[in-house]
Amino acid sequence: MLRHSVAAAALIGTALFTGSAFAQSGKVTVVTSFSKDVTDPFKQAFEKAHPGVTLDVQNRNTNAGVKFVEETKANNQVDVFWASAPDAFEVLKGKSLLQKYKPKAEGIPDKIGSYPINDPENFYSGFAASGYGVMWNDRYAKANKLPEPKDWQDLAKPVYFDHVAMAAPSRSGTTHLTIETILQGEGWDKGWRTLKEMSGNFRQITERSFGVPEAVNSGQVGFGIVIDFFAFSSQASGFPVKFVYPTVTTIVPANVAVIANAPNKAGAEAFVDYLVSPAGQEVLLEPSIRRLPVNPAVYAKAPADYPNPFKDPSLGARVKFDVDVSEKRTNVVDVLYDQTVTFQLDALKGATKAIHDAEAAIAKKDNAEAKALVKEARDLVAAMPVTEQQASSPEIAGAFTGGKEKGARQAELEQKWAAFAKERYGQAQAKAEQALKLAR
Amino acid sequence: MAGATTAGRAHAPSASSRHFLKLSATPGQVALALGIAVFLVLFLVIPVGTVIYVAFTEKGTGEFTLVNFLDFARTDLFIRSFWNSVYVSAMSVVLASVFALPLAYITTRFEFRGAMLIQTLGFLPLIMPPFVGAVAMLLLFGRNGTVNLLLDEWFGIKIPFMEGLNGVIFVQAVHYFPFILINLSAALRNIDRAMEEAAQNLGSSGFRLFRRIVFPLAMPGYIAGASLVFVKVFDDLATPLLLNVKDMLAPQAYLRVTSIGIADPMGYVISVVLICMSILAMWISARAMRGKDYATVQRGGGGLAKRRMRPWESVLAYATVLLILLLVLAPHIGLLLLSFATIWSFSPLPDAYTLAHYGRVFGESFVYVKNTLVYASIAGLIDVVLGTAIAYLVLRTKLIGREWLDWAATAALAIPGVVLGIGYLRTFYGVQLPDGTPLAALWIMIVLALAIRRLPYALRACYAALQQISVSLEEAAENLGATKVRTVRRVVLPLMAGGILAGFVTSFATAAVELSATLMLVQSNADAPLAYGLYVFMQSPAGRGPGAALGVIAVLLVALCTFASHLIIEKSQKAKAAGH
Repeated sequence: MLRHSVAAAALIGTALFTGSAFAQSGKVTVVTSFSKDVTDPFKQAFEKAHPGVTLDVQNRNTNAGVKFVEETKANNQVDVFWASAPDAFEVLKGKSLLQKYKPKAEGIPDKIGSYPINDPENFYSGFAASGYGVMWNDRYAKANKLPEPKDWQDLAKPVYFDHVAMAAPSRSGTTHLTIETILQGEGWDKGWRTLKEMSGNFRQITERSFGVPEAVNSGQVGFGIVIDFFAFSSQASGFPVKFVYPTVTTIVPANVAVIANAPNKAGAEAFVDYLVSPAGQEVLLEPSIRRLPVNPAVYAKAPADYPNPFKDPSLGARVKFDVDVSEKRTNVVDVLYDQTVTFQLDALKGATKAIHDAEAAIAKKDNAEAKALVKEARDLVAAMPVTEQQASSPEIAGAFTGGKEKGARQAELEQKWAAFAKERYGQAQAKAEQALKLAR
Repeated sequence: MAGATTAGRAHAPSASSRHFLKLSATPGQVALALGIAVFLVLFLVIPVGTVIYVAFTEKGTGEFTLVNFLDFARTDLFIRSFWNSVYVSAMSVVLASVFALPLAYITTRFEFRGAMLIQTLGFLPLIMPPFVGAVAMLLLFGRNGTVNLLLDEWFGIKIPFMEGLNGVIFVQAVHYFPFILINLSAALRNIDRAMEEAAQNLGSSGFRLFRRIVFPLAMPGYIAGASLVFVKVFDDLATPLLLNVKDMLAPQAYLRVTSIGIADPMGYVISVVLICMSILAMWISARAMRGKDYATVQRGGGGLAKRRMRPWESVLAYATVLLILLLVLAPHIGLLLLSFATIWSFSPLPDAYTLAHYGRVFGESFVYVKNTLVYASIAGLIDVVLGTAIAYLVLRTKLIGREWLDWAATAALAIPGVVLGIGYLRTFYGVQLPDGTPLAALWIMIVLALAIRRLPYALRACYAALQQISVSLEEAAENLGATKVRTVRRVVLPLMAGGILAGFVTSFATAAVELSATLMLVQSNADAPLAYGLYVFMQSPAGRGPGAALGVIAVLLVALCTFASHLIIEKSQKAKAAGH
């Protein structure tokens, strides 16, 4: 109590006497979703490079961070927003809550993999990147006699049924990017087919990114689709986990931005500059952080086996990614996934299991009619209520922005899509069960 | 039930005294009611209103509409979620009663060594630190947790403790049964010994005595606890989400409110539904108590006579108590193991043990511990003051609209922490102190948010305590010339002490581990409570151990405070008994 009031009094006193003239040298307030493992080394390094400046780190999850900045804009006290999810930055940018700033650093290319590093309008800048891949618990895999996966498609195999986890794309901006990359790489229809075949094997779809590595680390789930650093830092802490980049993987950037009307604008800019400077980029190589620098020159200082997306084409360069396409349908893709997969997981798994069983029976005893039924069942599972064109149409996308124009309400669309998926999963399960009888 | 009414009627105030009550709304009471109303409006209704009004607006025009509620009724997912929530809440009450009844009965009715320790331990499950408690629970009871790994090895079977709705019921019952235990125990202690003796003289004994006389007389306490469990489970989002059950109402609200960039009114529509359901549940429980009088006159006799147990009875009692404690404390045992574990992954027990995690958190935990103690105790104090005042106004005055105070305070239970947090930022961030600091940046706002969120707990405890006190005692005091204020201070409050303390402890303990509103409002590390520190750790693989260590510190801290308050109850009762 006493300490608090003394501190408050001291604060008020300082503020009164010094005014804002000295604010620049003082405190840089950063709202971040990064864990202590990441923020602490940067805080130390930055404060050492800028004596007299303290970095005040406020740790919030991305959602809470965005809401916080939004709600407090009238009297903003935050200088920097620092997080992975590019969609969060897009939202902040859309609400004019960010300040344009082009970092002074040199030697940073336009793209990492096929993803642009910086916002084209300079509202936010990429400072690191990470690749997506599969992480698994070695003890779990051995106990259940499961093979090591090599590629995304492997996870759709019957052997992994009920053993895989992923974060919901609507809850994790980086998972969203991975989904979007699959959709763009394979095309709308085939992409969704792949996604649903994989999702049919899911044990759980978590509501936060860290839920996946946590479940794999504790052995509750065998395999998780995660960002690489989750796996590497788990290994560094001693967990019996392994990780593989699939042959085609996405690279997702982590970003930093200066907040509009930042109380310490100069300090904020100094911090952004520091993150992309060679010294700041080297901090990324620390084992507890282990993210991929955006400055290609820094890789010279990295350990020998460090993944280098600027040299290794399988890391992100093979996929194509169109930011405009992605932006137009972000919400639609998330809600489609939630309504047809996340909230229908039991139905989807029922259909998937039935299809697996039927196919196993057919493999033993061929039956043309049963084969045709299974194909029908697979098509029913893969069917989507919305075409690619519709997904980016203003009528549908507009339902999710809460915009000023009248139109379809989100709840109406959601109910329609959910009913669509549920009905087809039921039919698919029936057809697959019928096929199983025929092939037996 | 018949027993309760008969037993109660013996002391029911006469018709004339009821008339006496009707005239008893003094200007002081009106002022008190207005003061509480202002507080609730300022720190609950307005902040929440600024957030959830969206539920009543039309997309595009922003005009008033109820179409969103129609959408709610038309969406399968929401209807399914609604019934799932009702089912889970009801079953949790049943299972929680199974845990709580034996503990409460044995510790209050018999001479039982360690009764106080059991009361304290039985209270611990309420203090489940966020995130890390869940991890510990999964490591023990999950699909590949200790129990299932061993069962699989020995018998080749696995029991789905933590799967689906049944998993939620199991965890919720373990987590919230202390609400019933603490309120029921307080009520049992308050029962007039004369009632029991009268029944015994008339030939009732054993279980029949308990069923017909004792339990019915303790009904206010049980109802207070059970309704809290029901509403709390109905509104809880953390447990379903940790078990990956998303088709329940509270998780649906949370997932929608916290989606980035989607402006969807449905999250707020669900919040409104949650609030209405909570008030409805409280109204029904109040209704169930109406027309019955549970008050008894004699007090301070130390409650029921404690019987010495026969040897076989005591073996049975100890076995039951141990079994229940082992089950409900499993998460904390898991937490303790986790805090000492090097690596614990897909194995019945950790690979090895270390003290390193405690070393890592030792330095920084001091500021968290201090903040937590300051915040939670101020919040607990605010809660019992408000709780006692509201209970008094509702039960002892005839002010118009007094129930609204009760309902408004209870509605706080149903408001997701994140909604309250956003509401506070929206309402108070614009208000600036002379030096430009926003009002919402002060740590006192965290305290107020905690107090509002935990007010229903204290309120129910105080309410039950007052229900058990006969009005005739106050009438006697007033007839002897005592003023209203003096009567309250010298008669009502001392008699309510046990319930008030129970309320304080519940509010304090749960406030100490609250995170969702805190996460919105914490503005700097120096102002952060333990739960926030824990959250920061639990975001990385290396942080699991230190997070668990902080969790253990939090639990120990709250347990010590709880134990101390039990000591105080016990002492004061002994002192009173001696004074008789």
